[in-house]
Amino acid sequence: MIGLEHYLTVAAVLFVIGIFGLFLNRKNVIILLMSIELMLLAVNINMVAFSSFMGDLVGQVFTLFILTVAAAEAAIGLAILVVFFRNRGTIDVEDVNVMKG
Amino acid sequence: MTEADLNTILPEIVLSLYAIAALLVAVYSGKDKLAGPLIWITAALMAVLAAWIGFAEPGTHLAFGGMFVDDGFARFAKVVILVSAASVLLMSRDYMMRRGMLKFEYPVLVSLSAVGMMMMVSAGDLMALYMGLELQSLALYVVAAMRRDSLRSTEAGLKYFVLGALSSGLLLYGASLVYGYAGTTLFSGIIDAAGEGQTPIGLLIGLVFVMSGLAFKISAVPFHMWTPDVYEGSPTPVTAFFATAPKMAAMGLFARVLFDAFGGVTQDWSQVLALLSLLSMFLGAIAGVGQTDIKRLMAYSSIAHMGYALMGLAAGTAFGVQAMLVYMAIYVTMSVGTFAFILTMERDGEPVTDMRALNQYAKAEPGRALAMLVLLFSLAGVPPMVGFFGKLYVLRAAYEGGLAWLAIAGVIASVIGAFYYLRIVYYMYFGEEGETLDRGRTSMPWVFLMGSAAVMLLGIFNLFGVEGAAITAAAALVN
Repeated sequence: MIGLEHYLTVAAVLFVIGIFGLFLNRKNVIILLMSIELMLLAVNINMVAFSSFMGDLVGQVFTLFILTVAAAEAAIGLAILVVFFRNRGTIDVEDVNVMKG
Repeated sequence: MTEADLNTILPEIVLSLYAIAALLVAVYSGKDKLAGPLIWITAALMAVLAAWIGFAEPGTHLAFGGMFVDDGFARFAKVVILVSAASVLLMSRDYMMRRGMLKFEYPVLVSLSAVGMMMMVSAGDLMALYMGLELQSLALYVVAAMRRDSLRSTEAGLKYFVLGALSSGLLLYGASLVYGYAGTTLFSGIIDAAGEGQTPIGLLIGLVFVMSGLAFKISAVPFHMWTPDVYEGSPTPVTAFFATAPKMAAMGLFARVLFDAFGGVTQDWSQVLALLSLLSMFLGAIAGVGQTDIKRLMAYSSIAHMGYALMGLAAGTAFGVQAMLVYMAIYVTMSVGTFAFILTMERDGEPVTDMRALNQYAKAEPGRALAMLVLLFSLAGVPPMVGFFGKLYVLRAAYEGGLAWLAIAGVIASVIGAFYYLRIVYYMYFGEEGETLDRGRTSMPWVFLMGSAAVMLLGIFNLFGVEGAAITAAAALVN
């Protein structure tokens, strides 16, 4: 029987993969965007699991909001990436280094 | 959705409808030719809304079943946000126009992010919190990368976006845990679940995630790494905006979450905040010492100032919230003045951000140099400027809240931090002869520079009544 804890475990694993993707990835900014998306989807799994477990619809409404905002976020991220590529000529994470901090 | 609900959020509705209308009108008619007038109209509208909110009838109004809270605290924060956003818009107009970077999207995006900030400080529900935060952040990512032909600006936008999205992710994960363990997203429901002694551990883990997400937004150490790069790379008017209104909004949201949703477990978050505050104060003070770029320096300065504001919150009392509000109001005023000065730093019409360019500035421009001196002393917390009273306030709050060690550490950090502010003063008055900056000519930044410096001097009498407003605001939040 699959219970709440299984869903939470899957979500936690996905979330951690997303965070590691952000920090360990040295290749490509697109992978950063994918990692961010992964984190948000992990949150969605959490939300829907809790919502269905408690029989409370609020979590699913929240999920719809998160999906919408994630789409807007991805659009803005890609737009910034395109203007960055035009100036720099590359989207390697290692080359995002004009200012070092 | 009743009429009373809509009346409560009327200022937000007006500002967002204005932003949409301005966008449509500008797209279908003059485009960037309209940008100059749009800035004036936006600033005027924000000033009107600030007056409207400031003089609204006191009391707490809930809308949409408690999702939106309009109380004294929210009104205080909204007035600071709107006034600072309007000031930054006005003083950046001339700078952007001369460099051909004045786009009509700029005032529209600033209005939209202001709507987001107003939502943030009024949030009474995790969903309202998230929507407000994202509306603000998404608009800010875009304005950071506004100079599409500049590598630095686009890189700043990219870094801000990636780290901002990460912080939203952390915050959301925390929100999902809080929802799961409290069974509701309403703050008024969470406080019932988190109040009665045996708080579920999942709720506390959720709280920690939410706090780290919010610490990113106020750039508290150890979540500060985006700040120096974003401040340096963004166009100066945008940096000025980052340093003022969003900081107030994020601080307001932080206080809102901690007191409205987790007011019953003060002990649990107070220690975390004290640590964040300690690290921010010291890192801001020490890392700023080696900087030569004044925008980067202001980034470290803002990290240190956020540490002091957090000290007020860490006290966990109504007086602490009051101290935080007073401190933020003072900090925002000082930042507006300092950035008004940085906007006028140019040589042969090109903006300069190297501090050493200020050598012997006092000889050429005694009035501006004196105003900057007052502001820098105030930022450093030298008595008798207003900045000193802000620091005194938070130190007292920390001491009375049982965090005497934090207050002592705050004094030490402020002494270290004073070094880099005084170094700018040294350059201006005793620096070696060298190439000097252009004579100042723009009038709008001058007005804000002088006005802000005058506030720093005249405010010592009664802080212009901010104190009384902050007491009411803190009482509305903590009860």
